[in-house]
Amino acid sequence: MTDRADETPSGTATDGAGAVRGDVLSSTTRRRRGPSGLIGLVKRQLRRPTHRVTALYRRSIQLRVVAVSLLASIAVVLVLGVVVVAQVRTGLLDTKMDAARAQARIGFQVEQKKIDEARDQKLRGTADPTVDETGTWLLRQVNDLAGSGQTVYSVIAMAPGTGAVVPDTGGFAPRYSGDIQPSSIPDTLRAKLMSEPGQMFDQPTRIHRAPESSVKSEPGLALGMQFVGPAGNSYQMFYVFSFGQETDTLNLVTGTLATAGVFVVILMGGIAWVVVRQVVTPVRMAAGISERLADGHLEERMKVTGTDDIARLGESFNRMANALQAQIRQLEELSRVQRRFVSDVSHELRTPLTTVRMAADLIYDSREDLDPMAARSAELLQGQLDRFESLLADLLEISRFDAGAAILDAEPVDLREIVGRVVEAAEPLAEAKGSAVVIRGDGEPVLAEVDSRRIERILRNLVVNALEHGEGRDVVVRLGSADGAVAVGVRDYGIGLKPGEASRVFHRFWRADPSRVRTTGGTGLGLSIAVEDAHLHGGWLQAWGEPGGGSHFRLTLPRTRGGEISRAPFRLEPEDSRNNRGLGTYGMPYRRAISPVGSTAMAVAEEPTEAPDGGGAGFGFGSGLGGVLNIGPGLGRSRMPEGPRSDPSDVRTAGAGYGATGAQVMVDPTPGRPSVAQRTAEPDMTGGTDVEGSQRARDEQQD
Amino acid sequence: MKGRVLVVDDDSALAEMLGIVLRGEGFEPFFVADGDKALAAFRETKPDLVLLDLMLPGRDGIDVCRQIRAESGIPIVMLTAKTDTVDVVVGLESGADDYVTKPFKPKELVARVRARLRRAEEPTPEQLTIGDLVIDVAGHSVKRDGRGIPLTPLEFDLLVALARKPWQVFTREVLLEQVWGYRHAADTRLVNVHVQRLRSKIEKDPERPEIVVTVRGVGYKAGPS
Repeated sequence: MTDRADETPSGTATDGAGAVRGDVLSSTTRRRRGPSGLIGLVKRQLRRPTHRVTALYRRSIQLRVVAVSLLASIAVVLVLGVVVVAQVRTGLLDTKMDAARAQARIGFQVEQKKIDEARDQKLRGTADPTVDETGTWLLRQVNDLAGSGQTVYSVIAMAPGTGAVVPDTGGFAPRYSGDIQPSSIPDTLRAKLMSEPGQMFDQPTRIHRAPESSVKSEPGLALGMQFVGPAGNSYQMFYVFSFGQETDTLNLVTGTLATAGVFVVILMGGIAWVVVRQVVTPVRMAAGISERLADGHLEERMKVTGTDDIARLGESFNRMANALQAQIRQLEELSRVQRRFVSDVSHELRTPLTTVRMAADLIYDSREDLDPMAARSAELLQGQLDRFESLLADLLEISRFDAGAAILDAEPVDLREIVGRVVEAAEPLAEAKGSAVVIRGDGEPVLAEVDSRRIERILRNLVVNALEHGEGRDVVVRLGSADGAVAVGVRDYGIGLKPGEASRVFHRFWRADPSRVRTTGGTGLGLSIAVEDAHLHGGWLQAWGEPGGGSHFRLTLPRTRGGEISRAPFRLEPEDSRNNRGLGTYGMPYRRAISPVGSTAMAVAEEPTEAPDGGGAGFGFGSGLGGVLNIGPGLGRSRMPEGPRSDPSDVRTAGAGYGATGAQVMVDPTPGRPSVAQRTAEPDMTGGTDVEGSQRARDEQQD
Repeated sequence: MKGRVLVVDDDSALAEMLGIVLRGEGFEPFFVADGDKALAAFRETKPDLVLLDLMLPGRDGIDVCRQIRAESGIPIVMLTAKTDTVDVVVGLESGADDYVTKPFKPKELVARVRARLRRAEEPTPEQLTIGDLVIDVAGHSVKRDGRGIPLTPLEFDLLVALARKPWQVFTREVLLEQVWGYRHAADTRLVNVHVQRLRSKIEKDPERPEIVVTVRGVGYKAGPS
């Protein structure tokens, strides 16, 4: 019966705490973020998209394959394109160039012949009178030479020299055929002709045409030779071949190749994408289904079509899943049968046990009428029946946990009430043992949503155990709450636990010392049940102990049902453990004295105590209990005169905790106690073992 | 008081032992081992109380419980080896007034039997009203608009306990003590189940009770008259 009205305030309290914590966190972050932090932030922001891409690249095999094949096909297409274009260029241009050279050579030979002829005529006097007018001569030559190939080439004649072609600088203006401009001839070519007259040179150039022409500028080849004219002056003749058509063809080829290349690259990428998808999809499916299987959906299988490798993968996968499922089913069935058997046995045992119990009670009640031997037998029978009964009850409870049939009946409870009830119930045992049970808390309610029946059972178990093994010393029950968790610690100062035992105490039927006489006849299942109860709440039950130094059991529970525990309100290893007080593990640091209750005296002799931070008196179990912990500095000093650090504050540390109820605590200077050096050398001797109760996995396996 | 107790149990040893204990306490036990014969035996012996084992051959204890309850309101105490909530609640819902978990001590059983038989020894003429119900305590009858509503003695006791102090909210523990006679707080499921059974008989709309009202987080009280 969970009460809504009670639930709400505790929920709000938790929320409030969370909000406060959030504030604190954000303020610390804000403080840390200085100017350098801001730059870092910007950098991080910039890096983020790259990070995302790299992460995606790493994760997706598909992306990786597509990227690689894209890069590879781009490289292939580029190389191929370059080679093809180079081949075409060679094929087209080189032929044209060879043809141009042949043409020019013939032209220049004709020119030379004409010059020679004119010179001969001039010598014989039969020459045309215009032969000395260089301009006219040149014009005629140009027209003669250009006449045979109007469309293929142009001819230019000009005076030797470089620089801008200025009319009449060297005596005559350039002459040219068609609409070609003399600026089409590069200066370097003209310089070369000048340096070696009578030699033919050629050079690629850009052809400039007259402004009214349709093609203003096009690539071409200029070929030239310098002559000495009939008038005796030098001039240069040039053939200029246009390569415009070839270039257009080349451009067309290049463009076609580029387009084809782009398509090929895209196609390759697409093909890679599709192909990889074929492989990756089943792999992803297998991964997804494996996860579903791992989550317990054992009936999940891969879809298998065809008989290819992928289908084989699917088949093998499904076979594996089948095998797994069969195995798990079988194990489940076995464990179910086994649990069922335990449960049935427990139930079946109950009916005869009831008869036996009733008969035994009847005999026990009339034992005065029996002879002494029979009477004693009746008593023994009675006692063992009690034990048998509780064993059966525990067995049944454990089988219920194993079967996953345990139900948490949680409602908001003040743990102080439960602790109070438990301690009250343990009073007779405590009296019999000569111990006192002390409850320590800060007086605040310790509210939590718990199943009070189960928590009471856990605590009853812990307190009874503590009294059983407490050697007559006091038992301290501590309550605490923090961070959405509540905890109850039960501390005793008895025989304690040996190293490694802290985990084993929770094992079923484990006994600390088989030879020990048990007075309450525990079943050996109590702590196992307690751990299961704690886990049912989503809590922890942990044990700590040191040999001869007592033990501490801490039950930590989430404050709300289904809540998470981030940390326990107090440490598992008590502040007054030997380790914390810097005492030797096997030393005998205290002993209950017989002097009147109410004053506590303690001292440490010979051995310097290594005070943990803050000293001990303030937070020990023993503090604040009606001023029980009276530390007389004088007494302390008198007891440890030659201690290297004979300061009363050291004593406080040593004394913290076990003065809880006025139990007198003394330290006897045992000669055989190990020195500080010895202790350091034997770290394994430290009895403090800190192990969580039992395998949580067991809980989680139950469905 | 010589109470007649019908023991329905298939385990002959346990039945005999129960007989010894009951006789020792001054009861008169009758036995039947088979669930199918339980109803006939019940009609024949007309017991004051039935001790009923839940696990029986033939007809199981739950069915036997329903059959007897259909005919009579006499106290039925279940003997059960199962302590799981479901088993106990099913038993109580089938009409049992109380239950004892095996293994039990003889004294515990006798205490339960006595608590169930103790009533009817205090015939105080008293007329109570709760909601629109009129309760004649001595006459053991509950009437709405002059028509009687049949209640088992336990349900009647529960209703009377609430009606006697309409101003008081009863916790489940207090009701366990007053109606069932438990001295220590025990299983509060007993109260929950019986309050529901009572409501199904006396409330006009059991989903929205007006006579036995739940006080959240505390317990139950009588509705306004």
